[in-house]
Amino acid sequence: MSAGLAGIMLLAAAGCGSGGKETLNVYNWGDYIDPQVLKDFEKEYNIKVVYEQFDTNEDMYVKVANASGQYDVAIPSDYMIRKMINEDMLLPVDMGKITNYGEIEDRFKGLAYDAEDRYSVPYMWGTVGILYNKTMVDDVVDSWDILWNPKYAKKIFMINSLRDSIGITLKRLGYSLNTKDLQEIEAAKAALIEQKPLVLSYVGDEMKDKMIGGEAALAVFWSGDAAYCMGYNEDLDYVIPKEGSNIWFDAMVIPKTAQNVEAAHLFINYMCRPDVGLKNAEYIGYSSPIGKVREQLPAEITEDVAFYPGVEDLKNSEVFEDLSDTLVIYDRIWTEVLAE
Amino acid sequence: MRRNWSLYPYILWMVLFTIVPILLVLYYSLLADGGGFSLTLSHYARVFEPLYLAVIWRSILLALVSTVICLLLGYPVAMILAASPAKQQFSLIVLFVVPMWMNFLARTYAWMSLLETNGIINTVLGFFGIEPLSMLYTSGAVVLGMVYNYLPFMVFPIFTVLRKLDPSLLEAAEDLGANPLKTFMKVIFPLSLPGVLSGITMVFMPAVTTFVISQLLGGGQFTLIGNLIQQQYLRTYDWGFGSSLSIILMVIILLSMGLISRSNAYEEGGIL
Repeated sequence: MSAGLAGIMLLAAAGCGSGGKETLNVYNWGDYIDPQVLKDFEKEYNIKVVYEQFDTNEDMYVKVANASGQYDVAIPSDYMIRKMINEDMLLPVDMGKITNYGEIEDRFKGLAYDAEDRYSVPYMWGTVGILYNKTMVDDVVDSWDILWNPKYAKKIFMINSLRDSIGITLKRLGYSLNTKDLQEIEAAKAALIEQKPLVLSYVGDEMKDKMIGGEAALAVFWSGDAAYCMGYNEDLDYVIPKEGSNIWFDAMVIPKTAQNVEAAHLFINYMCRPDVGLKNAEYIGYSSPIGKVREQLPAEITEDVAFYPGVEDLKNSEVFEDLSDTLVIYDRIWTEVLAE
Repeated sequence: MRRNWSLYPYILWMVLFTIVPILLVLYYSLLADGGGFSLTLSHYARVFEPLYLAVIWRSILLALVSTVICLLLGYPVAMILAASPAKQQFSLIVLFVVPMWMNFLARTYAWMSLLETNGIINTVLGFFGIEPLSMLYTSGAVVLGMVYNYLPFMVFPIFTVLRKLDPSLLEAAEDLGANPLKTFMKVIFPLSLPGVLSGITMVFMPAVTTFVISQLLGGGQFTLIGNLIQQQYLRTYDWGFGSSLSIILMVIILLSMGLISRSNAYEEGGIL
């Protein structure tokens, strides 16, 4: 017993590693960076990067909230950043140290989740839209209505994510996807229950393989995942419906419990460098908020309004806001739809 | 005295990893929203709304159906296993156990690619000119997933009891003029009840609490109580409601175990 304890203490001591290199703990979405970028950063600044990955904002939130001091930089999405700001979990980013901040396009600054740009620096962005199989759909896909068309019964995938699924339904009905109006939310619930017999499945990540394999005709998708699938199956295409959609952002933040705030700033600044942003955008296929990256990507990508939509294409679209107390109602509705 | 000392590590283990967590769950289930330490029963009141009762009922129903199918499939298998010669028995058991060495998730994913519209089963059916069947994302697929994953838990307890059955009892029944059916009904089955009951327990419990099988094979359309609990903890941060659901689920399991052990009062234990 005591020998075991001593062993554990030895291990712990080794883990602390007094002396040696400085370390930086980064917490990001799975498969969401060019690994070379991490190596280059380590070399350039002589800082060891401990890189961890999460699958959902919610998982990230629980870990950051409970494991104090574990992470120096995290990259959650907009509404989650709002939630973390509201709960006083983030340190303000010292923008004076982010010398590359000017590289971020102005239209991606001052967004609702961090209106004064105090806590976050955008990393990637994208939309929610419809990924469809051209060989299985003969109507024009430009509206959320097609997901309610009985012609495609049992050929529709919905996302098992309450904000996204309720959000697009609200958009279809012409409401805001951040609405707190109970009547509007009830209307969305009725529409989702009406749609349920047409839905093949409410799925998560496995949707990518299913769409590549031609298991369904239409699916609600995030733009970057859509780009990934289109790379594997030429019959697939992606549209942002005309009623508007959700534009989302993943941005870099510094948790209040960060141990190495200095290195966190270096890292965030590094990620904003156009050549680094280009590597990441090419590797993961999501849209970069850095102007020079967009200019350097192949025209066939940046001219596709599905992946680099202009301001005009997004005029009906909105960013998620933290729903605070209303989230319980959204959850209840989603539970009711699924339990129906 | 020495025996008492050797118990302490186990008691410590039970307190740390069973009693304290359950008390924590109980505490969260009673804690009112909005900070502070005031207690409330409102989370429990919510559990008894018709919507959530429907989910609980569905979980129990699907778990019961799976348990019955496991019993109907598993009992004959256990009998065949128990009756086969020792060497063959070993290979049969290995065949049963080997799939369980594979990760549970991987096996469930495998069923997805078997059942899907362009999946292996439909491709084979296609060769015979049969239209693709929609099998994945149905309640049938959920039950299939449960039966497939939990069948060994039914077979092994029954097998263990049957193997220990004294053959002279069967001979006696035969000598006294019972036909094979009567021997089974009056001798074998009653004697195997402890195994049957522990098999039922070991299948019903994981089946009623699963959230992975219903998520993957049911496509999120068949919300079970396990899915509901998972969603409360990971998506909506409603730990109060999630905890009260967990407590209610524990009560349901305890009650059903109580019912089973009462019906088993004349046995000398053998239940898990």
